[in-house]
Formats: sequence, C-alpha cells, structure tokens
Amino acid sequence: MFESLTQRLTQSFAGLRGRRELTAENIDEGLSAVRTALLEADVHFELATEFTERVSARALGAERVKGVDASDQFVHAVHEELVELMGPEDATLEFAKRGPTVILMAGLQGAGKTTTCAKLALHLRDKHAKRPLLVAADIKRPAAVEQLRVLGERLKIPVFHKEGVAPPDVCAAGLAAAEAGGQDVVILDTAGRMHVDDELMAEVAQIADRTRPHNQLLVVDAMTGQDALQSARAFHERLTLTGVVLTKMDGDARGGAAISLKRVTGCPLLFLGVGEGLEDLDPFQAERMAGRILGMGDVVGLVETAQENIDEHEAQAGFEKMVMGSFTLEDMLGMIRMVRKMGPMKKVMGMMPGMGSLGDMDVDEGEMNRLEALFTSMTPGERIQPEILDVSRRRRIARGSGQEVGKVNELIKRFKDLKKGMKQLNKMGLGSMLGKAGKREALAGMSPTGGMVDPKAGKGPGMLGGLGGALSGGLGGLLGGGGDGAGLGGGLGGGLPDMGASGMGAPGGMARPMGSSPTRGQSDLAKQRKKDKAKRKQKRKNRKKR
Amino acid sequence: MSLFQRLAQRLASTRGALADGLSSLFRGGRPIDDELLGELERLLYTADLGPTATAVTAELKRLHGRGELHGEEDVRQALHTMLMERMEQDSGEVDLDTHSPTVILVVGVNGSGKTTTIAKLAHRFQEAGKSVLLGAADTYRAAAADQLEIWAERNGAQLVRQHTDRADPAAVAFDAVTAGVAREVDVVLIDTAGRLHTQKNLMDELDKVRRVIDKCLPGAPHHTWLVLDGTNGQNAIQQARHFTESVDVSGLIVAKLDGTARGGALFGIKEALGLPVLYVGTGEQLELLEVFEPEAFVNAIVSAGLETPSD
Repeated sequence: MFESLTQRLTQSFAGLRGRRELTAENIDEGLSAVRTALLEADVHFELATEFTERVSARALGAERVKGVDASDQFVHAVHEELVELMGPEDATLEFAKRGPTVILMAGLQGAGKTTTCAKLALHLRDKHAKRPLLVAADIKRPAAVEQLRVLGERLKIPVFHKEGVAPPDVCAAGLAAAEAGGQDVVILDTAGRMHVDDELMAEVAQIADRTRPHNQLLVVDAMTGQDALQSARAFHERLTLTGVVLTKMDGDARGGAAISLKRVTGCPLLFLGVGEGLEDLDPFQAERMAGRILGMGDVVGLVETAQENIDEHEAQAGFEKMVMGSFTLEDMLGMIRMVRKMGPMKKVMGMMPGMGSLGDMDVDEGEMNRLEALFTSMTPGERIQPEILDVSRRRRIARGSGQEVGKVNELIKRFKDLKKGMKQLNKMGLGSMLGKAGKREALAGMSPTGGMVDPKAGKGPGMLGGLGGALSGGLGGLLGGGGDGAGLGGGLGGGLPDMGASGMGAPGGMARPMGSSPTRGQSDLAKQRKKDKAKRKQKRKNRKKR
Repeated sequence: MSLFQRLAQRLASTRGALADGLSSLFRGGRPIDDELLGELERLLYTADLGPTATAVTAELKRLHGRGELHGEEDVRQALHTMLMERMEQDSGEVDLDTHSPTVILVVGVNGSGKTTTIAKLAHRFQEAGKSVLLGAADTYRAAAADQLEIWAERNGAQLVRQHTDRADPAAVAFDAVTAGVAREVDVVLIDTAGRLHTQKNLMDELDKVRRVIDKCLPGAPHHTWLVLDGTNGQNAIQQARHFTESVDVSGLIVAKLDGTARGGALFGIKEALGLPVLYVGTGEQLELLEVFEPEAFVNAIVSAGLETPSD
C-alpha cells in the first residue's frame, strides 16, 4: 500500500515533464502527494500540514537549476526541508569531563530499551574505546534483569544489579560501583512505562535526580503512530531529554515519528536500531532518514557502506576494465563478491532509491549463492575467456553448480549484454554524454534522489559510488529479481559528481529486470548517439554556410 | 496498587471524554463547514486512522452537501455509524471447548507485548476454570523463557521450556503440544519470539513452528493470534498483512491501549484483512485484558481530545 513518494510524484508530475518552472498551481498535486506520504509514514497530522506549506514556499522561492526538471527540483525542495527539520547536525553523545558518563535510557514498554542498552554499550566500547557498565534497573518486567545479564555476558560487558531495592537506589549504587571499578560510562536500563502512569513517571524523574545523567535518551519504536507526539512530550516534561534512539528500523516502518520527536523534544536523534544483532546500531543521519520517510532509499548509506567495504583501487580497476571493454567474467565475479561484502543483499537493496519501500522484494541470499556457484564452477581460463564456453563446457558448469544449463546461458547472455553496452558507451566517449540533452536525460533517468545527495556524495570518492551503482545495477539485472534496474543504477550514479553521474547512469540501464525488453537500454543509447551525430552534422553544415 | 487507586486512575483517563474532542469542535456554536470537517479529519488522523480518516470525512462532506447534517448530534451519529460499520464483527468469547487441548499460537513483532499478553490470557482462561500450559518457544531473546516462567509461577500455569540457549522454537512447540495432550490440559498457549514482518527467514521459521504443531496434533494450532502494539501507527497494517500471509492469523489482540494511543490503525486492518479483534490490553496487571468491544473503541476515538504539536 505504501507507494513510494518518488513513484507518486512521478505520476503527479507527468504533465510537468519538460516544463521548467514551478508555479503555485502546478505544485499543488505534488504537495498533496508529499502530505499523503508523510501521513502514511506516521508523521503527526499537524506537522505534515505545516511541513507542506514550508516546502511550497521553498520550492517556489528557489532559483531554477539549469537543466533540471521541475519535478526533480520539487523533490529536492522536499528533501532539503526534511533534512533541515530533522538535522542539521549529526549529533553525538555528551561525555563527562571527569568521572563516568551517565546515560539514562527511558521509554514506553517494548520500545527496545534493554536491547538498545546492550547495543549502545558495545558501540561505545568498540567505536569509542570506553569501558561501559550496564545497570539493570528494570525490576518491573519479569526477567528483565536476567535479560540484560545474558546480553552483558555475551558481550563481555559487566552488568550491575542490586537485589531488593528501588530502581533509583539501584542506579545510584550502579554509579558508585562504576566509579569504584574504573568504568567510564554507565548505562541505566529503566523499566518501560506508560507516559500516563504518574507513579512510574515520577520514579524515572527520581532516577535522573539521583544520578544526574549527562545523557537522557528516549527510546522509541519506529513503528509508533501519531501518539509519539504525546508520549514524547510527557517524557520530556519529566526528564531533560538530550537525545532520541529510534528502534526497529530494519522493518518497513518509515519512521515518521522521528519528525514528531524532533519537534516536541527539540533534541537530536542519535541512533537507529537496525537489526536483531547487537552490532546493529547506526548513528542517525538526517539525510538518510529524510530519504526513508519519503520512501526514496538511502543513497548516502549505500555509498558509505560501499566505502567501508570496498577497496577503492580494486573498484577503480574494475571500473576501468568495464569501460575499456576488457571486462571478463573473472572481473564480474570480483565485483559480485565486492558488493556482497557490503552485507546481505537485502540490506543493500533496501538502501537503493525506489527499492526501500519494496518490502516484499526479497533478495534470496540463496540466489546469490547459486549465482556465485555458476562462476566458481568455471575454470579460471573460462572466466577470462568466456568465448570458449561451448555447449559441453556449459553443460559441465551446470552440473558442477547443480543448476540448469539455462542458468548458465542466462548468465553468459547478461554478461554479453553488459559488455556490449559498455563498448557502446565507450565508443561514444563518456564526455559526449555531458552534452545538454544527455545531461538532462541522465538527470531524468536518475531518481530524483540523485540530485539531492550530490553535495554529500561529492565528499566521497566519486568513482567508487559510481561503481557501486553500476555493480548493483548489473547485479539487479543478473538476479532478475524484478524492480526497475535502470532507475536503480541511474539513481546511484546520480550520487556522483558530474562525470561519474552521466557515465554510470547508462550502465545502470543495462540492469533491467529479466524479461523486459532486452534492447531498451541500448536503443536509448543508440538514439542518443544518432542525435549527437545529427547535431555534429548540423554544426558542420552551419560552419560551411558561414 | 489498590483497587481504589486503579479506579481513580481509570477515571482520570476517561475524564478526557467529558471535554469531548467532537464537542470542542462545535464550541461557540460553529456551523458545519469545510473548515470544521477538516479539523474533524485531523482529529481522526491523530487517532491513527490513516486513510480511513480521509474516507470518513469525505463521506461526511457528502452527507453535509445533501443537507443531512444539522449539528453536533448529527455529525456524532453519522460518524459513529460509519466507524461502527467498519468495525463490525461477531462478538463473544473464544471457543475453548471444541478441541482438547485448544492450541493457540501467539505471534507479533518485537516488543508488541506477546509474553505479557500470554500471561494475561492464561490468567483469564484459568479464571474461567480451564487448565493452561505455556510453551516458551521464544528461544531467541535473552531470558524470554525466564520471563514466561515467572508469569507461569504467578499464574500457577504449567510451563514447557528449554534451558539451552537458542533452542529450536519448533521443537519447544512440539514438546509443549505433546505435553498438553499427555497431561490433558484445556489450553496450550505458545509464545514465539518477536520478529519484524519483513524478515522473511524469521517468518518462514514461524511457518515451520506452525507446521510442526500441526504434525503433532492435526488441526492445531486452532487459533493464531497476532499481538499488535496499540501505539503503532500505519505500520500495524503491514504487520497484520505479512503475518497473515505467513501463518494465517485468525485474530488480533491489541496491547498497550491504556495510554493516550487510540489504535486507529485497526480500521485499516479491518478493511484490508477483516480480522476480528479479540482482546485489548489496558494495563500492567494480569487482569487487565478486556474483551474487545467495538462500541467502546469507537467512542474512545470520537471522544479523543485534540493535541497540538506546538506548546
């Protein structure tokens, strides 16, 4: 039911394509699409309305960017406004100058406090070289103390608890224990409480009073609805909240509650819980969240993950080979392995523009394994010289990988298509794509997100992101997992500064889902080439005339 | 907490109903116009009704256009009727007598309140004179079985659990049902690990649990109940959809409705899947699990006060 905003905007702006100016009349439909998207993401009703008004002002006031479509410009305005609302700073925890840093975790029942406490302790130990102490002060829920103990044991992080005393006393004692034991961070896990429960709310305030926490974090379930506003307000009244942690972000909740939280508490979102594993805690970034709320994928995250896991030189070499046309199955396997290093395909795909909301689209890791098996069932010679793959070799590979010959054929066909596309691209010269028309086309092809992350992605090595785009694009196609391959590769490519963008937008085009017209990507290129040719001809003619 | 205190608390939370949200719209004798209906839409949205809010408001606008709405009472009536229509379901207690034992599988996302709800269900069934056995098939979360064990002790219910870490949930479920049959209990409640509905492998695991139960006792589980967090918004619809697809959910339980959340996402779920809502959880105590009453639920939504984000 959650149509991505990008899709919906594309529809509402169908009539706007090609038109350059945004006017008060023609953005109306777009605005209502934005509003609906926000409401579906559980942004508070009032805030959604207020937000669209601000977007309207910004979109109409903005100067027109050359060569950018009105709809792209509009989405850009939405995204910017959202980032501004939730950011702009990428905040961090506050650490005490002297003595242990105290972190109080509070929230409703089932928000994920205990798990988040453990994740946070691990994060602080491994990423900030701290020595954390976990304090189990949830004596309300049966076995909550035991739960934290088990988690602490698993992480080899000490857990403090004192039997038979009230939570504020447990916390105070925990703080003293940390001081004595030389721990420099104390994380207080409190019981979940309803914000209307006066007694328990007074208790958490008392804990804060006794331990003077440097950080008072509210833990909120990303799936929370409109009520996020009220509960956050109630907690903020009793505590001096300094930050928010949004949990269960690995589901398909858009997390619109984040906006309400930010608005009501005024304090930054610090972390996101993104999985069942204890290492699945990510620092919050406004850009990524904005993309998610709008259902536009997480390009920044993708580029970052790529940077973390992909060796740049290796990637660049692969990219060059690809462009130069000396690309072999061996290189392709290397690329697939590189992308797989970034994590489970599902997570990687989830970060792609336009795919994030496709919760149903499951990338089967088994499928990826089978794909790799095809490669590994070939001899190195075959991978370097795919031309020698005759029927008998193909049959052997199929047997070796335990799959049908059809799968082998499919792979080889994909590979040939990819290579052909590359060649064509190369012939045209990457530069010619930078022509006016080319640029516009590239812009249109890339999802609107592309234009938006541009400044941010510019920070990283452009080539890398581009490769990531091409790669995943290629993979998407290979997998035949459905989804708009072209938009995907293009969108990623869009994350790059100039040359990479237009250069890689096209290879993405190769990555169409299986079964779609096999010539589409190329025919676009061919068309482009024809156009360029005609242009050059015309120019020559003009010169002659003069 | 004493009974009196609890009563006082319940009254406090219903005091809002006196300063009824709908009445406040009409304060100062405002006429029915687009602006007022727009505010009504907002009121419904803040109760998490989502697209249903727009649909209902559109219908009210249509009625108003035909001149059928003349004041607060008419609007209240029309709204009530429309919401009640959407909430229609067969009422009555769950049948626990046909099968022996009746096996109930309880599923839901992380932190929705499954374990607590199971404790409350056990309490409720025992009060009704049934013998209950709990199966701790949440083998993933640390100390989840311990939590259930404590509840079982408090309830005096029987428990089947594994003591090894990360045991196979299907095996625990199998043991629980086998024990339930052997000991001739009336009800077997099986707790499962919370899982996000988007995790395909975990959903498959749940399906396996179900299949194993069926193998152990053909026809079981007789009920599969999804526990929803009442504070959840539109995502609850996705949860219901995915869980229904995987394990054929037969009924819903809405937990944590004792706060200010109204659980309006139920309308969306009803419309999409038509699942009956069986119980609502309204507090921390064992006895605070009530049979769902559409009337009370709808009234709570209509009477919700308006909250504004700015202070």
